[in-house]
Amino acid sequence: MMNQLRRTFLRSTGAAGTVAVAIAAGLLRPGQVLAAEWNKVAFDATTTADAMKGLNVAGAAESKDILIKAPDIAENGAVVPVEVTSKIPGTTSIMIFVDKNQNPLIAEFEFSNGAEGFVSTRIKMASTSHVKVVVKAGGKAYTATKEVKVTIGGCGG
Amino acid sequence: MAEGMKIRATLQGDVADVKALMNHIMETGLRKDANTGKLIPAHFINHVVATLNGKTVLEAQWGAAVAKNPFLGFRVKGAKAGDKIVINAVDNHGEKMSGESAIV
Repeated sequence: MMNQLRRTFLRSTGAAGTVAVAIAAGLLRPGQVLAAEWNKVAFDATTTADAMKGLNVAGAAESKDILIKAPDIAENGAVVPVEVTSKIPGTTSIMIFVDKNQNPLIAEFEFSNGAEGFVSTRIKMASTSHVKVVVKAGGKAYTATKEVKVTIGGCGG
Repeated sequence: MAEGMKIRATLQGDVADVKALMNHIMETGLRKDANTGKLIPAHFINHVVATLNGKTVLEAQWGAAVAKNPFLGFRVKGAKAGDKIVINAVDNHGEKMSGESAIV
């Protein structure tokens, strides 16, 4: 019955119109529609605030349940290990930003089917900066930061 | 894209600890060629999808600031020894790479 209705509905409208209508009706969240598409707006943003807007996580609340493991001093900004653990129940995604990079958004990770709120990677940092992490859990956004000093030249002076 | 993704997945209790190393230049597009003075075009992995026995467990979007030869570590609860982890990656040129490993 439902499927029959849906089919009639789909036939009666243009494809683009259908998606817009479905979004308006709350049948589809925009995130689902764009899931496969690279978030160019957020990755091209030149400030962390704009990148966060592009990811719909502006206004994330500070949380002590996000642990950022990164060196206090990184001698080589080209390879800075960063490990993020979210202890917030129901964590669905982790985003990493470096405030002082030309494009602050580094990466976004989405978890499903038993994947834990944890990610470990290595990032590039142009200079000493705050590394900001945003976690999405239960539809809300949380954030934490850690400063990493980058020693250019690598002598560790 | 150069060949090669190495994956190691080990079981700790019922949690699979997955570590992957991908062979990729991860060119930012911000560097200049020393000889010509021209910008070297960006070339980086921007999509990564990991599955456990065919089910998606991790979907990532990356920018150019993930370090060269990217390292990715993640954990999946409810895994068993012998389960299969597959990781697929695509870069901004549409070139694909993938790797797989059984959990030990």
